[in-house]
Amino acid sequence: MGESVNTPEAMAGTEGKRPRLELRGIRKVYPSVVANDGIDLTVLPGEIHAVLGENGAGKSTLMKIIYGVTRQTDGEMVWEGQPVTPENPAHARSLGIGMVFQHFSLFETLTVVENVALALPGAPDLGDLSRRIEKVSAKYGLPVDPRRLVHALSVGERQRVEIIRCLLQNPKLLIMDEPTSVLTPQAVRKLFETLRQLAAEGCSILYISHKLDEIQELCHTATVLRGGKVTGHCVPSQETPKTMARLMIGKDLPVCEHSQAKEGGEIRLRLAGLSHASDDPFGTDLKDMNLEVHSGEIVGIAGVSGNGQQELLYAISGEGPLAEKFPVQICGTETGRMMPGRRRKAGLCFVPEERLGRGAVPSMSLAENAILTAARTRGFVRKGLLDFAAARSFAADCIHRYNVKCGGPQAQARSLSGGNLQKFIVGREVMQEPKVLVVAQPTWGVDVGAAAFIRQSIIDLRNAGCAVLVISEELDELFEICDRIAVIAKGRLSPAKRTSDTNVEEIGVWMSGMWPGAGPLADGVPGGSRVPA
Amino acid sequence: MASRGVHVFRLETRPEASEAMRYWSPAIAVALTLAGGMVIFAALGKNPVEGFRVFFVSPMRDLNGIAELLLKATPLMLIAVGLAVGFRANVWNIGAEGQFLMGAVGATGVALAFKGASAVVLLPSMIVAGAIGGALWAAIPAVLKTRFNANEILTSLMLVYIAQLGVSWLVFGPWKDPAGFNFPQTETFEDAALLPMLIEGTRLNLAFVVALAALAGGYVFMAKSFVGFKMRVAGESEAAARYAGFSTVAMVWIGMLVGGAAAGIAGMAEVAGPAGQLTDKLSSGYGFAAIIVAFVGRLNPIGIFFASLLMALLYIGGEQAQQYLSLPSSISKVFQGMLLFFLLGSDVLIQYRLRRVVRAHKVA
Repeated sequence: MGESVNTPEAMAGTEGKRPRLELRGIRKVYPSVVANDGIDLTVLPGEIHAVLGENGAGKSTLMKIIYGVTRQTDGEMVWEGQPVTPENPAHARSLGIGMVFQHFSLFETLTVVENVALALPGAPDLGDLSRRIEKVSAKYGLPVDPRRLVHALSVGERQRVEIIRCLLQNPKLLIMDEPTSVLTPQAVRKLFETLRQLAAEGCSILYISHKLDEIQELCHTATVLRGGKVTGHCVPSQETPKTMARLMIGKDLPVCEHSQAKEGGEIRLRLAGLSHASDDPFGTDLKDMNLEVHSGEIVGIAGVSGNGQQELLYAISGEGPLAEKFPVQICGTETGRMMPGRRRKAGLCFVPEERLGRGAVPSMSLAENAILTAARTRGFVRKGLLDFAAARSFAADCIHRYNVKCGGPQAQARSLSGGNLQKFIVGREVMQEPKVLVVAQPTWGVDVGAAAFIRQSIIDLRNAGCAVLVISEELDELFEICDRIAVIAKGRLSPAKRTSDTNVEEIGVWMSGMWPGAGPLADGVPGGSRVPA
Repeated sequence: MASRGVHVFRLETRPEASEAMRYWSPAIAVALTLAGGMVIFAALGKNPVEGFRVFFVSPMRDLNGIAELLLKATPLMLIAVGLAVGFRANVWNIGAEGQFLMGAVGATGVALAFKGASAVVLLPSMIVAGAIGGALWAAIPAVLKTRFNANEILTSLMLVYIAQLGVSWLVFGPWKDPAGFNFPQTETFEDAALLPMLIEGTRLNLAFVVALAALAGGYVFMAKSFVGFKMRVAGESEAAARYAGFSTVAMVWIGMLVGGAAAGIAGMAEVAGPAGQLTDKLSSGYGFAAIIVAFVGRLNPIGIFFASLLMALLYIGGEQAQQYLSLPSSISKVFQGMLLFFLLGSDVLIQYRLRRVVRAHKVA
């Protein structure tokens, strides 16, 4: 258990000030779960306060209470000395509370200024508002053109729009929910500068994250949640990631065992000049992608989301078959035009990014969700009829081996937490002993304990000779598990480089589309990493 | 600051919909329909208790009454179980009425073309022809859906009216019975083309056994087969079906063809059963009533069995109400409508709850 610490160095000059926000004994009970249980939290003016915790620790619920999205069952919220209960987000905004969400809430077909106007009370003059946007964006180093349409913006730019939208209301407290999950390392640094400048001007910031290094770099104080309760307060600069992890997960951070890749395995997955025009007008066209993944190696593809990852995965999995056969080859078979079922037969297994609704059917049991992809490979079908007993025992085995916390094979997929469902889906695909495994965002939104477990099982599969392709936005993760790394930017794929021969900075630059030989791409820099003027 | 408010009701999603209530909901809907029916009887100046007796009790007073009930329930069962296969995969075939008619046309064609053939040959061929007729009619919306992404709800519904006009043309034109005093009907079928009776002295025929077999087959298909599983996945989540590699095109085809074939067999059972010939008044809205049956039965073959008995009772009760209470014939439709309305209503309230909220108007 951590103890309450004052923060003399970080909070110099704010001593003795009235707290901006005080939560006392906040409790939120949902029908099936206690999301928050007696949470105390104090944020001073100008303080960057981290709220740290694993998935399901109750961070989001707490922020929703502060922002008026939901109401606490019990407990008190004190805002600048006055007890308040925000009725709704508009009320919270009028108090001076702003929030930037993890998943953006912008209308793609409207311009930046129109989107901002929608969040403001009344009907502001758009010309006037554009000038205010430009002023704020210049002041805080958040370059964005108010006249551009949102669909043409990169994820990083969209985040800037959200931040500017909050800043226009002169917030006294800004809530940032996992803001860096979509940014390049360079863009993260830029964001931190902006947040520090805001804090220096007296704005308080609640920074929600599970990335320990970022919190250490940015935040003055931290409150750690676990299972809906506060497990500690700390000053991140005085802690190590290890000690904070212990507060967060209650034990030491697990480490992956990663041996050298065996060289010279056969080619299992090959992209041979894969080009594909996206059906979606806002999608990304794939241009001349080439890649080879050998038996016994893990190849990672880094990149800011929205640069063609989705389209590439559809092309490989067969959910979006191509017009030609040769661009996607699985174990020597040209599979470009095949449906997903036939590619599975050729030896492919695939863990998609969305778990509920794609990787698993929410209303079906885990046993039935095992049938979803393992029916043919594990022989659950006999004479057209399903062998439910075999599916149940497969699911039970998967639950046991992958340590899935659930009510058993009969539990509905939707009753599982995101991390546990991900473990089940990874387990289901790995247990089919694929020749090629493609994994998208293996640990997205998964707590650190489960993340380490999932990474280890991917590495184990590689050691058993499988060819693994991992697409992730988390650079740390790719550097931890991959033998080679390539970068996707604007629908193009860089050459793959051995992980030991590169570093985060180089890959970060490549993520802007600027790798050697990238050619004419340089003028079409993807905006997520656009360097501010 | 004073606040004047308007009280409004708002639907709020329940945190967890009760699984048990999902199965209770049809029972609640039936109870409410009965209660609503009593009110309507009273409003029409009839004694509600007497109305209830005539409508719901007297149809089942003897063996013949029960046989009539099962006879009426037969096409509903057949059509509803076929539709349920598609509905589970979100394939919305609303045109079973037309497929029913085209099945009747197919079976009639065989019966008229092979006069003199023995029943052992003729009846199975008529069943097959009925199934093919219905399936062909259902194939049109399937093509339009899979090739041009045309909404099958609209296309299958529109084809109902085309089928009705097609039947009219046949019975007014080429298939008109020369000895039929110019009535719009075909010749009455020979005995070999009529389904054998199950119970002596009643009109209940072999089609009831076929319908029970269809229910059993539907149960195995939906609950045990891999294809049925794929269709359930497609209905629950299209993205998951695509991810797993289940072809959505195949799901549309299976859903439409099974529904069409089942409706077509029901049409065959009608011309080779109680009707004994094809007329322009063949269907009494079975194809539409079966949609209600499928949903009241929760798309489950066992549920459909009971729901079709209930719907048959509403049909027969409506006829009795015309006879003995001199109520208009639309009374059956009113009861059907109430049943569907209350079912949908209770389903909504199982998913959501009503909350009274005060919408505040700030007064400056």
